[in-house]
Amino acid sequence: MTPAIRAEAQHLFAAFQAAGAVPVETDILQPAEILLDLYGEDIRARAYTTQDPLRGELMLRPDFTVPVVRAHMANGADPARYCYLGEVFRKQDNAPNRASEYLQAGFEVFDRAAPEQADAEVFSLFSELLAPLSLRSATGDIGILMAAVQGLSTTEARKTALLRHIWRPQRFRALLDRYSGRIATPDARDDLLHRLAADTPEALVAAAGPLVGQRSASEIAARARALIADAATPPLAAPEAALLYDLLSLQAPAEAALTHLRGIQPLLPAIAPAVDRFEQRLLALASRGINTKTLAFEASHGRSSLEYYDGFVFSFHAAGEFGASDLPPVASGGRYDALTAVLGHGRSIPAVGGIIRPWLVAALGGLA
Amino acid sequence: MEQTFDWFGARGLAMRQTGAERAYSGAVEGMAGIDLVLLSAGEIPRELGAGRIDLGVTGSDLLRDRLADWQGQVVELAAMGFGHADLILAVPTAWIDVGTPDDLDAVAAAFRRVHGFRLRIATKYHRLVRDYLTAHGIADYQLVDSQGATEGTVKNLTAEAIADITTTGETLRANHLKPLTGVIHASQATLYAARHSRMDGRTQATYAGLAALLNLPGLGS
Repeated sequence: MTPAIRAEAQHLFAAFQAAGAVPVETDILQPAEILLDLYGEDIRARAYTTQDPLRGELMLRPDFTVPVVRAHMANGADPARYCYLGEVFRKQDNAPNRASEYLQAGFEVFDRAAPEQADAEVFSLFSELLAPLSLRSATGDIGILMAAVQGLSTTEARKTALLRHIWRPQRFRALLDRYSGRIATPDARDDLLHRLAADTPEALVAAAGPLVGQRSASEIAARARALIADAATPPLAAPEAALLYDLLSLQAPAEAALTHLRGIQPLLPAIAPAVDRFEQRLLALASRGINTKTLAFEASHGRSSLEYYDGFVFSFHAAGEFGASDLPPVASGGRYDALTAVLGHGRSIPAVGGIIRPWLVAALGGLA
Repeated sequence: MEQTFDWFGARGLAMRQTGAERAYSGAVEGMAGIDLVLLSAGEIPRELGAGRIDLGVTGSDLLRDRLADWQGQVVELAAMGFGHADLILAVPTAWIDVGTPDDLDAVAAAFRRVHGFRLRIATKYHRLVRDYLTAHGIADYQLVDSQGATEGTVKNLTAEAIADITTTGETLRANHLKPLTGVIHASQATLYAARHSRMDGRTQATYAGLAALLNLPGLGS
């Protein structure tokens, strides 16, 4: 942390307030359980954990979005625009030269009225603020991929498995390869199916020896029956699988990507509403002065673990040494409607936002 | 310790314990400039990482689990060919539907829906196990700490699965557990050099002599 970095952070924070956001504060010590439930054990590799004698396990704030969403869901106005500025803490086990404590300045919009307008509002605000730094922007839309999965003509179980791993590209790919018949089922699975053809799951469980632990025999039998059903499920139809593989690798300027998606839409009608939203967003972006003919779009952008975006995603990258692949983007953000439902205990609100890293802004020459 | 002494002895560097039988002190014979320090295997990764010792022998499982970015902190000089043990995942034998880490992932998702908490895996190897599960895209689990008698945690209802070191698999079988396919880490006793120990000129000369005798790689920059 240097005075120059703090000056950049204050400049961004002021700009967010000028854009109509209400400043909010969140505690640095956050309940670990909520973050663990959301991200799983992976978050332990990235967040600092500490112990409170009364409140139990706590984590040093690894990001602002989760506490801001929780505060909004508890007592927020509707609609609302928030901004924040403060430290986040991330372990850097594999990148010892990266700071483990740094400032983030962020802007979040909770608005039911016109989500695509809100997407465009956040992106164009960031784009305008960061314009003097001549950054490269990248956008994506995880909602299109999710819609494509939901539209597959296969079982709900397979769709659920694919959607559960939408943020883990390698695992998603492995599942897709198996469901489309590109890789064979493992030998152990074939062996089990063979035995299940001769005996009931209950009999096989009983024959396997004493059952220890909390997972019950009926849970084991239920999964065994699910495996039998899955083995009887035909592979994804070749054209459908091909479309999904095509979508995973789609990279084009936004307007060309829209034309491409409209082209495959008749073959995968379930993506139509998501493609409509994409088009609405491009119109909203264009009306705010963004050139959608050149705006970069990747259907898989923003798919990585420890994320929660489920619609529009964006990032801004530097060229040269500060754009190195082991450095984070200067700014990033996206839409996270589902997160508000998870943290809102049944209530939800469309939400979109992003953060800027003041240390990178300062390293690139600054805006303040 | 005996096997470590044997390994060095077979390569022409005699080591022996000094003082009483249970005293943790020893000496290297036939080469000047080496202090022999006897430490618990679990402390050696930390001492290497801090650079308080120049070379150390310990299990590669302990070293890779205890040190973040271990390649940035130590140089692996020689795999010593003893102390073999595999770190594996194990589940109850009665889980007929589970044979691979992929199966465990599917079970973890269903288990969380039914029981309302994430499937618990008992281990003392938190870093190695978490990195392995992350690399395999396994979600909806939690690691619970177990510093001993880990195989008993499933029967005692404090975990659903375990990740632990096994050699023959006998303890697993006795506790009605079976290993999943795939080894998280194949461990053995290994000789390491600390990257941050700032050897002075004389120590560097001693290392050069030792490296020539034992046919070890140089330490680089």
